[in-house]
Amino acid sequence: MSITKLSMISATAVFMGTTAYAGCGISSGNVSILGNEFAAIQAVAEGAKQCAGDGVTVESNLNKDYRELQVAALTANPAQYTAVTTTNAAIVPLLGDDLIRPLDDLIAKHGQNLSKNQMITVDGKVMAVAFMANAQHLFVRKDVLEAAGVDVPTTYEEVIAAGKAIKDAGLMEHPFATTSKTGWNLGEEFVNMYLGFGGEFFKPGTAEPNINNEAGIAALNTLKSLTELSNPDYLTFDSNAVQASWEAGEIAMAHLWGSRGTGLLDNEGSTEEIVSNTLLVSSPTVGGGDIPASTLWWDGFAIASNISDEDAEASFLAMLNGISPAVVKANNDAAVWLVEGYEPSPASAGVFATAAGKTKPYPMIPFMGLMHTALGAELTEFLQGSESAEQALADTEAAYISAAKEKGFLN
Amino acid sequence: MRHKTFFWFILPSLAAMILFIALPLVSVVVQSLHIEHEQVIVTTENCGPFGCTEESSVDTEATAQLRAEQPLGRFAGLSTYFDRGHLATAEVAEAWRTQDSFGGFLSELYNLPFYKALAFTLTYTFLVTPLVIVLGLLIALGVNRLKPVLKGPTIFVSLLPMIITPLIGSLILFWMIDAQGVIGKTLQWLFDDPELSLKASPTLTWITLMIYGVWSSAPFAFVVFYAGLQTVNTDSLEAAMIDGATRWQQIRYVVIPHLMPLVVFISLIQLMDNFRVFEPIVGFSAQANATSLSYIIFADMRSDITRFNSAAATSVLTVIGVAILLAPVLLRTWRDFKGKAA
Repeated sequence: MSITKLSMISATAVFMGTTAYAGCGISSGNVSILGNEFAAIQAVAEGAKQCAGDGVTVESNLNKDYRELQVAALTANPAQYTAVTTTNAAIVPLLGDDLIRPLDDLIAKHGQNLSKNQMITVDGKVMAVAFMANAQHLFVRKDVLEAAGVDVPTTYEEVIAAGKAIKDAGLMEHPFATTSKTGWNLGEEFVNMYLGFGGEFFKPGTAEPNINNEAGIAALNTLKSLTELSNPDYLTFDSNAVQASWEAGEIAMAHLWGSRGTGLLDNEGSTEEIVSNTLLVSSPTVGGGDIPASTLWWDGFAIASNISDEDAEASFLAMLNGISPAVVKANNDAAVWLVEGYEPSPASAGVFATAAGKTKPYPMIPFMGLMHTALGAELTEFLQGSESAEQALADTEAAYISAAKEKGFLN
Repeated sequence: MRHKTFFWFILPSLAAMILFIALPLVSVVVQSLHIEHEQVIVTTENCGPFGCTEESSVDTEATAQLRAEQPLGRFAGLSTYFDRGHLATAEVAEAWRTQDSFGGFLSELYNLPFYKALAFTLTYTFLVTPLVIVLGLLIALGVNRLKPVLKGPTIFVSLLPMIITPLIGSLILFWMIDAQGVIGKTLQWLFDDPELSLKASPTLTWITLMIYGVWSSAPFAFVVFYAGLQTVNTDSLEAAMIDGATRWQQIRYVVIPHLMPLVVFISLIQLMDNFRVFEPIVGFSAQANATSLSYIIFADMRSDITRFNSAAATSVLTVIGVAILLAPVLLRTWRDFKGKAA
């Protein structure tokens, strides 16, 4: 985003923030929002800010590192933020420490326009309201695939074959990329692939790890074949890096977040040739499985526990205004909105196709975060070829177990 | 100075040291001896946009009660220190038993996160520290011989690497050594290898990080040595010249002995600094190939679920490591001091 554009947006924000515009039914209260930072969340926060004025203040802190801030900020009493945007993974520590409040009363009072599938219920209580869906899916370059004489792949086996075809045809040296940076990103790729092979992360009903098995090894081997088609720097690739190489025309297939779709399809940072040939399709299946090897994510908001009921109500109303049909209409292409009035666009085709394939949601399990961290740290050596798949998975389980013991999930 | 006066004189700094150094250390040690409460897990039905599933969740009320009873968590003694994420005594013993060769044992050891981090941390410390001292001295000697007009600008340029924030400096270099970056492309051209990537191979990553370390710390050594050079006794130098000493002999027998206390000082500071190497690992996204003790602490604190106890244990181990590293230098200084006093 250019600096002028950025300053125009912040100028608009200031303007909206200062005009008396209390059209949200809030009489008083302080609203402060903590959230992730990307176009859709920015739109929601701006929508919420329209409620400011006449004794109501609305502030926001949108930050890529919101997950590191949220627990400490909401543990304080009164909490530093009244509302947080969250996802199926980020909500887990908040639930575990009882930092967000059930929303049933507020929904009964104000939430008539919310649909049932927006409500995130845990044990019968609504703990968050979802407003958008996200998933990693496949982006392909139509022209490159055609030049190599292959169809749009629907399985990972076809992705690998297509990658080899592109390489053999001398079109690109490294045709594939995904978010494979050591740490959270790499862990996420394994989670996708393992679920695609039908794996279960834990032994049923326990926190015991369960990944060192055939599905785990198959998932790792598939990841390795994919990284062999990637630029050798793949262990440093996050979403930004993959988006940059896509826009530079260096790759022909990418497994990337749906929320990047808008950025890849706009006219900034790339050439007409690349943009017009970019196709967003479903995440591929793998190993003969029938569900795409990806995970579904929702983004939603939750309201802090440690605040007054007055502020909670004000925050709830402000956030509802942030996800109102008007906001969604104005930012239609920024996300796959779960809100009424949303019109699917080319940028959301991949997420829709992936969700339609009955992809599993990312598990909302208290100890999944520890597993994810262990995966992100321990799989690198296998991909670099200095360790066997069994060893990498055994290391992951061992790392997970020592973390889970320390956190009290295992004895 | 009388004892009472001395006491009042150092009281403010003593108070600050207790408050900001001693107490946090005590707190870290206490935290490292505890682990969290047992989490009471129940199975609940969770619903969302993608349907309903039976999933485990934490029974917050029961867990909150456990927490209220024992705010620090469960006392675990030294168990965190010995678990796989730290000293991994059980795994090390197992590797010692099962591996026939010493090489096999080392590679098993290198598979454990703590030892992997320690290997890089120590290699980095023991290569970067002497290189910084040598390079710093060479720059200082070179600058000292320059014409006065050129001295100012040269000193300024030599100091630049130290002025740049380490994280920013490493990020800039990260993009320059990228396969598409100016340094990366040049190296590919020089070695005639289009696949050459400084970020992919562990060895090249280590070398990159160490070159960065020398680059960013050498100015510090340079400034200190340069200041020291201004105090070299010109009489001794002239005497050496009259005796027919070459430039090298003058440096070897007059200048370097004069600068020795500074070498000790820089070694101390650099050993401490390099042992807690951290920013370049983040800046170069090098965590796949190189981790340091500070980096594991950071990783514990930045995960989805923060592991304070594990981070505390690693911190205590780092403090012990620094103490061991500095012991020889400190002992030497102490002996010199006693020798002078006697």
